[in-house]
Amino acid sequence: MRLADVAQFATGSLRGSPTRTLLMMLAMAIGVAAVVVLTALGEGARRYVVDQFSSLGTNLVIVLPGHTETAGIGPGMLLGQIPREITLDDAEAIQRSASVKRIAPLTVGSAMLSRGSLNREVVVLGSTSNLLEVRHMNLGIGKFLPEGDIHESASVCVLGNQMKRELFGNDQAVGQWVRLGDRRFRVIGVLAAQGESMGMRTDELVIVPVASAHQLFNTSGLFRVLIEAKGRDVIEQAKHEAEQIMLQRHHGEKDVTVITQDAVLATFDRILTALTMAVGGIAAISLAVAGVLIMNVMLIAVAQRVKEIGLLKALGAPGKRIRNLFFAEAALLSGIGSIAGLVLGYAGSLIIRQVYPVLPATPPWWAVLAACGTALGTGILFSVWPARRAAKLDPVAALAGR
Amino acid sequence: MIALSQVSRSFTVGDQEVSALRGIDLDIAAGDYVSIMGPSGSGKSTLLNLIGLLDRPSSGTYKLDGGDVTALDDVQQARVRSEKIGFVFQSFHLVPRLTAAMNIELPMILAGIPPEERKERVAKLIENYGLKDRADHRPDQLSGGQRQRVAIARATSMNPAVLLADEPTGNLDQTTGREVMALLEQLVEQKVTLILVTHDPMLGGRAHRQIQMVDGAIISDNGKKT
Repeated sequence: MRLADVAQFATGSLRGSPTRTLLMMLAMAIGVAAVVVLTALGEGARRYVVDQFSSLGTNLVIVLPGHTETAGIGPGMLLGQIPREITLDDAEAIQRSASVKRIAPLTVGSAMLSRGSLNREVVVLGSTSNLLEVRHMNLGIGKFLPEGDIHESASVCVLGNQMKRELFGNDQAVGQWVRLGDRRFRVIGVLAAQGESMGMRTDELVIVPVASAHQLFNTSGLFRVLIEAKGRDVIEQAKHEAEQIMLQRHHGEKDVTVITQDAVLATFDRILTALTMAVGGIAAISLAVAGVLIMNVMLIAVAQRVKEIGLLKALGAPGKRIRNLFFAEAALLSGIGSIAGLVLGYAGSLIIRQVYPVLPATPPWWAVLAACGTALGTGILFSVWPARRAAKLDPVAALAGR
Repeated sequence: MIALSQVSRSFTVGDQEVSALRGIDLDIAAGDYVSIMGPSGSGKSTLLNLIGLLDRPSSGTYKLDGGDVTALDDVQQARVRSEKIGFVFQSFHLVPRLTAAMNIELPMILAGIPPEERKERVAKLIENYGLKDRADHRPDQLSGGQRQRVAIARATSMNPAVLLADEPTGNLDQTTGREVMALLEQLVEQKVTLILVTHDPMLGGRAHRQIQMVDGAIISDNGKKT
């Protein structure tokens, strides 16, 4: 039998009973679409959680001065040396490393904050404009620290939410001058209320440029350098690079400690694994349901055609040829059904994305592949297998529909 | 041409063994016109199905053109059916979704005959069987007589040596039945071996050789060589 004839016979057979063909394709399409939409939902939820986690600042690597020797007492300590401090130049060097997205140097001190007759002791953070992103702080009104040269000591400050209320009440704070220690600073912004973060109450902070803080406290060292790695997978690399850079700049002396948020990361990984497994489970269940649906439809469809198989045999078609005919038909049917299902599934995901914009509901490629594979696989298997069995009957038995 | 020796066929119904054919010996020469008659349940259709390779004997041998065909595998049997045997059924067995012309073409499609040759042969058959204005109609748009004419055209499309007809007029009225018989008898003139199964003695009487069957055995055969 010629290939063109096989194709023509298959299309003719599908067109010959449009209702049956349509119902089978519908079953196939719904199966595939269900897998696509459900996995899109699962994957959307997973990605939503991942995004939320990333915004918590889990890509953080922290450099702090001093190195704790676990193997006894370092030679420096015996000589009564204090660890060498981390300078702004060190921070800038780290900034240039490949896996680092941005850094925020941090200096901490306490000073007297006063406006008119009101004054109180506050924790002062010296940092740069990057701190807002690195620590994921939210600005209430005004602007955050200006970008530009890290060594510039502008006399500007950003107040924590509670500080603003205590000093200004309901008055306008941005643009006003306050006194911090022995210097006057202009308020350029107020942080939004956000509670505690990294053991510091952000609401009670005053943030000034790092150079200004150095002048204020008469120091040149940094308390911390916060590094945001480019991604979760390069955290270790960023840590290593930061260590190398500091080692080089401090002439081979390992006098800083670089830490990551290992505990947080471990938890994060566990949650991520659980979510991925959940998506996989959703996919597996919907695939199984789709597979069973397709199986039943195909089995019934072939059972109705045992007579036709008998006739084809009586007309001189060997079992193998009949199998090929049913294979071609099932492949065609499953192919069109899968494509229809994909269109339906992607349309469904699109609608979900429109209705819930926060949920990035796109089906993972492996689920799409598995859905099509299942549709094609079960469609062909449960069409060719019963057809093969019917073709193995003596034609007279098949003709009688037994 | 057709040689059956000690052919039996039994079916299992429930836990009982039912013999449809018991030790049939039968030789049919090429170009003969044979009718097999008998009451229903006498095994005449089973015999015809065996001759047409639609069924397998439980025991005995069946030689077609000198070769034992019961021992052939599926592919070889299919080739024999395709090249040597044409079948006409009582209930026509046309493919409902295909037009008359396509039904006639079907055995040739299955045999892999090139399209140009197929079209030519289909056109000739349609002409011969007076189906010209019915060629593009599907079976449900055809009368019983027309359907059986399509079935005969289909059965002869591969120019078989043997044509087997199982109650070909059983679903037709008398007039169309006579027309169909005339068509079949025309084929006998063209040296086709025709084997006709019927319960109607009038119809069976027209054949050159008449075989009577009862209870799975041949009780009379006016053409048997002694």
